[in-house]
Amino acid sequence: MAWSKSRQSCIRNDDQQVKAETNMAVAKLKNRIGMAGRLTTQRLAYSLGVLFVLLIIVGILSIATGSEHVGFSTVVRVIAAKIAGRVADVSQEHSLIISDIRLPRVLMAIVVGAALAVAGSAYQALLRNPLADPGILGISSGAALGAITATIFAEAVPISRPVAAFAGAVLTIAVVYALGQGRRGSGTERLILAGVITNASLSSIVIFLVTSASGARQRNVLSWLIGDLSGESRLLAPVALFVIVGIGAVYIYARSLNLMMIGEEEALALGVETRRVKVAVYLAASLLTGAAVAVSGAIGFVGLIIPHSVRLVGGSDNRLVIPASALVGGAFLMLADTIARTVVAPRELNIGVITSLVGAPVFVYLLRRTN
Amino acid sequence: MLEAHNLEFSYTKPVLKGVSFSVAQGELFALLGPNGSGKSTLIKIIVGILRATRGNVSIDGRDLASIARRDLAKLVGYVAQESTMRFPLTAMELVLQGRFAQGRLIGFESSRDISEAEWAMRLTETLEYAARPVTELSGGERQRVMLARALAVRPKLLVLDEPVANLDIAHQVKMLELIKRLSVEEGIAAVVVTHELNLAAEFASKVLLLRNGEVIECGTPGDVLTEQALRNVFETDLLVDNSPVSGAPRVTLIARRSSGEDAKRF
Repeated sequence: MAWSKSRQSCIRNDDQQVKAETNMAVAKLKNRIGMAGRLTTQRLAYSLGVLFVLLIIVGILSIATGSEHVGFSTVVRVIAAKIAGRVADVSQEHSLIISDIRLPRVLMAIVVGAALAVAGSAYQALLRNPLADPGILGISSGAALGAITATIFAEAVPISRPVAAFAGAVLTIAVVYALGQGRRGSGTERLILAGVITNASLSSIVIFLVTSASGARQRNVLSWLIGDLSGESRLLAPVALFVIVGIGAVYIYARSLNLMMIGEEEALALGVETRRVKVAVYLAASLLTGAAVAVSGAIGFVGLIIPHSVRLVGGSDNRLVIPASALVGGAFLMLADTIARTVVAPRELNIGVITSLVGAPVFVYLLRRTN
Repeated sequence: MLEAHNLEFSYTKPVLKGVSFSVAQGELFALLGPNGSGKSTLIKIIVGILRATRGNVSIDGRDLASIARRDLAKLVGYVAQESTMRFPLTAMELVLQGRFAQGRLIGFESSRDISEAEWAMRLTETLEYAARPVTELSGGERQRVMLARALAVRPKLLVLDEPVANLDIAHQVKMLELIKRLSVEEGIAAVVVTHELNLAAEFASKVLLLRNGEVIECGTPGDVLTEQALRNVFETDLLVDNSPVSGAPRVTLIARRSSGEDAKRF
């Protein structure tokens, strides 16, 4: 007994040791990349600069990778030529693969990843819960239902899908919010629960609609539903516009959100127009979710893991978390899509499978930690 | 400094029924009363979170209803009963939130904001953990950081909802000493909701007894905290004498023992 006891205390010490070492390592990392201390304009610019370079590198890497391998320099030359409005001196085939197939897809991954990550960070701040995410709250399902309804009734109108997805997202957050409202304001656990329930019922309606569809169409819709970046490149421009507007709208209220993360009433007493912030940010986050879901289906967990990782390294100030999440979310989704394209080549895996495989354990980890 | 006149408020049932009182500059004003007597509602009206159904409040001679949200936020520092701390903001970041109304919607804190925050943290003795995440602070440390945030506003009126509820006795005394010092030295009017009768008796310059949304008594602790008034308001047996140290009223609870059996067991 005595032995096992001492062993136990040894194990506990080991744990503490590991924890202390991890903390030290994180602190060192923060110092190295200039993320320690209070957020200032310089620190923000520096951090975003570093992340932007990372985004570009991952982008070039993603374009270079695929069934037909293209050299790094070729990618750079083709894109540089495209920006300058010239034709690069590389083979016709490579030029075509890069600019017509892989570049739009990579750009779409950036747009969708940024949208989902920022939507996640916005919901987390509003609901004062680091576990909030468009998928977990059922908002992605609402958007998916909207998008599918649009596909069934108004397939000919190309913009109808993102608009209907946005409407679906807004309606869903309204329902979830109303359900989550207790007698004494909204408990965040209650809200998450309301989201889970809403998600379940919306998903069943979605599945019903999908199973009623026929043959090839069913397979397409199903594949889109799990999360798929392969189609819809014609929607890139309008969706990118939606996403830029949405991120901008959330960013305006970044400082207000910092206060609302601590408490709504206290934020009000400190001068935040909480009602306006709530309406604007809920709408903007729903716009982001709707836009992302309309083109790529319900890609889960991006809104959860990206803001969390950003906070872990860069702190919780939303003036950094929001733009940094956009950049990291874009890079993450490009990477996930590259894996999805290549890991079972020549076939493609749905990108939603990859993000869920990474995201679910992170969710469990977060859940255990926030207890 | 703060004047409330005939305040009424109701959710479905009336919570406040014609409450009037005034707090002068440099005063520490304690709001006492049983649970559900309307104390929290009252201070939420004062800080502009709730709007009174009838009656009016004036701060610094201006009618509360006519003060814009941002201007009110520059006048009043508020510490709520409990705050959820789920995001690891640093203590400094949290205290800087007190400067929100002074800054722009977008942008960063000025050097003035930082020096005000440091001032507030020095007063509350929290500057040493300025860089630590608030999620890792103890209850007492966190409470002081929240007070520092309210002080960073540079308020003329400080409103605290049960500031000592989660603190041990040493921290309770320290907290009230600090609030007392602030009210005297900085000329801040402080309104404090508390259940700690003895602390209120010791530190408050004025106390108000609230029951069922009505003012029962209001005045100096010596005048208000009488055995009869307290028994009446709290509907429990107690004894009031004077503290041998300060002479302030001292409240002693009289526990009811149902039988000799119980007494023996203890």
